[in-house]
Amino acid sequence: MTDFFYLIPIALALGAAGLAAFLWSLRNGQYDDLDGAAERILFDDDKPLKDDPPRQKK
Amino acid sequence: MPTGPSDLGDDLLLASRIAGPGLRQNELSVPTIHCGGCVQRIERLLGGLPEVERARVNLSTKRVAVTWRGDVPPPLISTLTEAGFAAHIHDFAVEEKDGVLRELVRALAVAGFASGNIMMLSVAVWSGADPASRDTFHWLSAAIALPSLAYCGRIFFRSAWQALRHGRTNMDVPISIGVLLAFGLSFYDTLHHGAHAYFDAAISLLFFLLVGRTLDHLMRERARTAVKGLARLAARGATVLRADGSQRYVPVADIRPGMTILLGSGDRVPVDARVLAGQSELDVSLASGESLPQPAGVGDRLQAGTLNLTGALTLQATAAAQDSFLAEMTRLMETAEAGRSAYRRIADRAARLYAPVVHLTALLTFGGWLLVTDDLHLAVTVAIAVLIITCPCALGLAVPMVHVAAARRLFKGGIMVKDGGALERLAEVDHVVFDKTGTLTKGVPGLADPDAVAPDLLAIAAAMASCSRHPYSQAIVAAAWARGLPLTAPEELREHPGTGLEARIDGRLWRLGRSDWALSEPSLRDGVMLSENGRLLGRFCFEEELRPQAREAVAALEAMGISSEILSGDHEGAVRRLALPLGLPYRADVSPVAKVDAISSLARAGRKVLMVGDGLNDGPALAAAHVSMAPASAADVGRSAADLVFLHDTLGAVPEAIDIARKARDLVRQNLILAIGYNALAVPIAILGQVTPLVAAIAMSLSSIVVVGNALRLGRGRSQRAASKGDKLGTMQPAAGMAR
Repeated sequence: MTDFFYLIPIALALGAAGLAAFLWSLRNGQYDDLDGAAERILFDDDKPLKDDPPRQKK
Repeated sequence: MPTGPSDLGDDLLLASRIAGPGLRQNELSVPTIHCGGCVQRIERLLGGLPEVERARVNLSTKRVAVTWRGDVPPPLISTLTEAGFAAHIHDFAVEEKDGVLRELVRALAVAGFASGNIMMLSVAVWSGADPASRDTFHWLSAAIALPSLAYCGRIFFRSAWQALRHGRTNMDVPISIGVLLAFGLSFYDTLHHGAHAYFDAAISLLFFLLVGRTLDHLMRERARTAVKGLARLAARGATVLRADGSQRYVPVADIRPGMTILLGSGDRVPVDARVLAGQSELDVSLASGESLPQPAGVGDRLQAGTLNLTGALTLQATAAAQDSFLAEMTRLMETAEAGRSAYRRIADRAARLYAPVVHLTALLTFGGWLLVTDDLHLAVTVAIAVLIITCPCALGLAVPMVHVAAARRLFKGGIMVKDGGALERLAEVDHVVFDKTGTLTKGVPGLADPDAVAPDLLAIAAAMASCSRHPYSQAIVAAAWARGLPLTAPEELREHPGTGLEARIDGRLWRLGRSDWALSEPSLRDGVMLSENGRLLGRFCFEEELRPQAREAVAALEAMGISSEILSGDHEGAVRRLALPLGLPYRADVSPVAKVDAISSLARAGRKVLMVGDGLNDGPALAAAHVSMAPASAADVGRSAADLVFLHDTLGAVPEAIDIARKARDLVRQNLILAIGYNALAVPIAILGQVTPLVAAIAMSLSSIVVVGNALRLGRGRSQRAASKGDKLGTMQPAAGMAR
């Protein structure tokens, strides 16, 4: 019976952590370019962009 | 100038903002970015320029943010154009952080958290918790509900308060009353150890409504950003010759009457002005609707917004920007908009009927129960249960969800809707008024019969024309491109504004231009002549090209029972040539004011007019019409005045938009009937006092799901075709950009 005195605060804290994480990611601009993020994961840029010679036209 | 006119170096500097010590940042809009490959290529290209510190592409908004060092902008636009990406400057001034969206999303997150946790506690209560735990859970729910109600509810409370203060009512009034009373009653019951609390109903109601509201806002925002990302057609600034002989690039707003302006070919006239020196031809199609370029010489008056085509001009400003032609159009637009009868959205009309009925029912229930049982608490509980069950949750989602689905579908077809009200108005349309130049036609002439000219002559003509901005030259180049002819730039090429082009190839004098100039024995035939040493070799005729599917669009409109007509600012002959084959009634030589008058008189006759137009001169008419559409190529004011903007070339967008708007109207009606039917079922149960929090939660979720599901039916179907169309556009645009 007294179990939920532990469980409920834990449940609420987990929920609040999720909410805080979402609000942080929103403020951090993680949702500004959803399409771009989906593509960028496929790039394999190990070198800094500036040292790359500009690629020629296809 | 360090950079060519095509690179807009001065404009880049004007549009940039300071991004740090020695650093400036520009945003460019590149509408043809469509995949990860483009992102990588653009970032490498721009990142490879020595001055560029950082280039970052945003694929969702199709924009590039470039940070660069120094005072002279790097050649950003020409670099992109050479790679086949048409780019233009995006103003920071119009770009503000979208505070409303952030507020909505935050409120949505908080409401989601609160409703989830309260629901968890409520389910425990419904499954039969003992009174002591039930009280604890109710107190916990209240502790979560109170701050979230204050945080998420204020959006609704604010709008309801605004409406009440002005003696009106909207959907937010019954929502606010319902939510507040539900919370108040539950809090009272929690204090007195009651069995039922409606905290979950109050908060999940807010959650559902916030979903609808956020989606609605996202839809409008997406259309707004897409339209804002289009190329700006008004001049941003102009090169002014100062008294000491120095030149300076100043913003349009700083130009005063009497200043001397140097206008290169390819620039737009910034303010109303008079020609001091030089000779050129001007493309006035956006300003007046005339399709043929107008010659301009010393002493001629020019309207702001016209495009200088062939020669450099020295101008004297005759009016400041705020007194120019453009500003006059803006003023006309404002009066036209004020004259337009106010449109009440369906949701607001429904709310006006809905709120009194609901509140009266609740009041009667309260009175009835008080009379029968003489129990004040019970009477209040039942009356509030009626309010909760009738809270327009489904109604609040019924309209925005359909509009979001419709806007999504239109977006796939390249049509932007500015708000849901425009869709409702579009569905009522029974008459369409088309502008001619740039709307029914492509705005640039095409070669009438390209096969009539021998390929080698066409190649020579195109080689001569490739350096000219005159629309006829560009039409010849486009025809040569279309046939894959190789172009070799001739040496010694000269452009004579108003007459034509002259080149010397292998010692022979070639001319491309008017017959009395190009030929040694002028004939009276019109068209552009190609001559060698005065001898006629080829003749090019031009015609205005209809937009693709113009004929089909007019036929489709007729099949929908919608009549069409043409109102054009162009001359009689040009309009007739186009109107006759389309079978449309027309009026030519119509001034901007006359266009507004024509539309107002149609409106007085009870017609619901859709105005489709693109020019500056159409701006007031667009604002006056019941609903308006503009192509992406329209003048800036036209685009911002129009309710809908279509991005693809085809005119099929007009019947397609009306069709989807009508389907959306049907779905909105169905949804309203569903929502009302749900109330008709639930209200008697509530009046009888049988609604427990569990029943309320189930009823509310079910009705919302039904309404959302019905709205999503619009999103399906035909998306395949729209997708292939989009691809075609993506591959076509870079080619067109290179041909320019």
